[in-house]
This record gives sequence, C-alpha cells and structure tokens, in this order.
Amino acid sequence: MYQFDYHRAQTVAEAAELLAANDENTLIAGGQTLIPTLKQRLAMPATLIDIGNIADLNFIKAEGNAITIGAATKHADVASSPDVAKHLPALAHLAAHIGDPAVRNRGTIGGSLANNDPAADYPAAALGLDAKIHTNKRLIDADPYFTGMFETALEEDEIITEVTFPHPEKAAYVKFPNPASRYAMVGVFVAKTPIDIRVAVTGAGADGVFRMKEMEDALSSNWSPDTVTGIKVPEDDLLSDLHGAADYRSHLISVMAGRAVAATM
Amino acid sequence: MALVSMTVNGKAVSGEVEGRTLLVQFIRENLALTGTHVGCDTSQCGACVIHMDGKAVKACTMLALQAEGSTITTIEGLAKGDDLHPVQQAFKENHGLQCGFCTPGMIMTAVDMIDRIPNLDEETVRAELEGNICRCTGYQNIVKSILDAAETTPA
Repeated sequence: MYQFDYHRAQTVAEAAELLAANDENTLIAGGQTLIPTLKQRLAMPATLIDIGNIADLNFIKAEGNAITIGAATKHADVASSPDVAKHLPALAHLAAHIGDPAVRNRGTIGGSLANNDPAADYPAAALGLDAKIHTNKRLIDADPYFTGMFETALEEDEIITEVTFPHPEKAAYVKFPNPASRYAMVGVFVAKTPIDIRVAVTGAGADGVFRMKEMEDALSSNWSPDTVTGIKVPEDDLLSDLHGAADYRSHLISVMAGRAVAATM
Repeated sequence: MALVSMTVNGKAVSGEVEGRTLLVQFIRENLALTGTHVGCDTSQCGACVIHMDGKAVKACTMLALQAEGSTITTIEGLAKGDDLHPVQQAFKENHGLQCGFCTPGMIMTAVDMIDRIPNLDEETVRAELEGNICRCTGYQNIVKSILDAAETTPA
C-alpha cells in the first residue's frame, strides 16, 4: 500500500467536509473492497476518511411500507435482522450470501452501492426493488443512480447515508456464484412491487447492473418461471471474460431469472 | 505515525502505527502474537481470522487504526492456561489439522459459528467455512471437529 493518513469521522458533516477538502481523499467504511484495492496499489488516497463508526449510519428501521438501512450497516446485520426477514426476506437472503461470514461482519451496504462492482449483489436488490438512495445532499432513484461499471450518479463529495427499500408483494434473488471467488457470475433479482414488476441482473452486464425489460413485460402478463426462461438475453452488452463467455452468461440469466421467479411462488 | 489502543486477549495494548498498517501486522509485529497467520493476504484464505468486539473478521483486511478502542481476541486468547478451549480440544481429538497453518483461523471461525448458530449441521458448517481455506485436510476432519465441539458446547 502507498502511504496515506487515516481519519475516523464522528459525523457525516465532518466526513463530507474532509472529502470536499481534497480530491485525493477517499471514504472507507468496511473496507472489504477498498483495502484489497489499496494493497494492489490501484488507489492512492491522501486521507482515508472512516465513516464506519458513525452511529447515524448504522441502523435498520422498518417504517410504514418500507425498510430503511443506514449506509454503514454490515451485511451480517442485514442478514440477521428480524425486520428484514419479515418484510424483505429476499434481501436477507442476498445479504447472507455475500462473500463469507468474516467479510459480512465488515462489509457495508453503502460501500457496495457506492463501489457498484459489476458482480456485486446489492446493486441488483436496489435496482430490482426501486430503492431510494439517500445522500448527504439529495435522494436518488435506483434507475438513474447506476450509471455504468464502477460508476454511479454520486458526486465527488457526496456520501450515501441510507437506502430505503419498499416492501414488495413478492421478491427473490438467485445467483450463480463463481465457484472460486463466490462473486456473482450472474445474479437476478425479481420483484413485484405495488407499482411495477422488475428484473435486475448483476454479474453479467458490461455496464454493470441492468434491468431486463422484456422479462418484466412478460412477467406482467404471466408470473411464472417458464415466462422468463424462454427469453434470450442479447449477448452484445454482456461481460465476456475468463470466468465465462457472453453466451454462457446470457444462458445463465434466463435460468437464474426462472429460478428467482420460482422462488417467489 | 499515529497511536492506536485496543484490548487484546484481555490486556490493554497500544502502539505507534502508520495509516496503512494492517491490524494483522500490528498483532504479529507490534504485539508479537504470531498465532494469527497471514496466508493469502487477499481476504480469501481466513488464516488471519480474529474476533473484534465478538465478531469474526479478517485481520488482513482491516487497518490497525480501524480497530481503535475495540476488544480483540486472537487464537492465543482462547485457552485458559494449560486448558485448551473446547474447539481447540476438538481439533486435537479429531485430527482437525495437518500442517496447522490454517488452524488458528479455522478455530476462530469455528468458535464464532458455534456461538452464533444453534444446532449446527454439516451443511451449515461447510457453508460457514466459505472464507477459510485448508490445503491439507480436504476439510473432512475440520468439519468433524467443529460438529464435535458444537455438541459438547452448552448452548
């Protein structure tokens, strides 16, 4: 790792001020992606601003027809939350299958969404459930939030504070993990919300997480696994790498989508 | 350099570290507690698993300064004098190790899973060992050791 300074922020305002003070400053929460990145010398921050201990960012709140989760909430806490299990079991299942138990004790929902790794799990839930991403400046809908691989609508000095997930009528997440890394080769989140039907795919898109409109339309008229397994996903915009070629990932999306729909029935 | 303080195996400790000093470096090099191992240094193998505030974490994927004010238990903190911790005892009795390199992390992960999950079964143990790699045993006796320890540990 290159040298850097470390500062533990006590409040979001303090973190935002430090972040704005220098372009080379970077936020850290759980650090389960950032620390490996620093070890590879792929990042060279001046100061790491630790927001992992800010109490206002560590909570899970069930209110009305939604669950709101603080940005620094750990995957393990989402996975074991009775509120999440009751209203959003698909999200509890997703959180319980990120990385491994020790990683889940450190990694955070805000970190996952801010990093927007093309193989991360949480982006699929946020897009699949039409989540609202709250920052220290504004509220961002999931659709415009995810703008590309490792790219989001967040500004340089913007900090995610919490994420609100509406209760779906039904929802499920099924992933095909890479057998070595356990990252999603393909992960599909399907949800029927009071407003619409959504199918979000992670692990496969060359531009990161994306929605499968054709599957959403098909499910609107007939909510059954067969409806989606027959839909072929165009290979042009899919990742093709040593873990799997685009045609393989295309096939996996249809199969995982079918399994996800089946899991809701 | 910055001063970091924490409680390790019941003892208050502190030391001068850089921002980039990993927690596992602090534990091994400053505190000379070399039971916590560095296997892959890429968050995958779990040889560095310790408990921070009661939760299993990978000490190679944390900065020492992130552990400021926390309570840490390492493999050295499990036994009471000459009396092995029940999980250590179970690994000994069930031949749950061969070369022993992964064992500290395996045992710290096992203690955490036994604390957290009642009525462990084989499938759960294997899933919970996702983040711990052993290149000798094929996991068979590690799983057996954990199940044995889970049975003898009062809930």
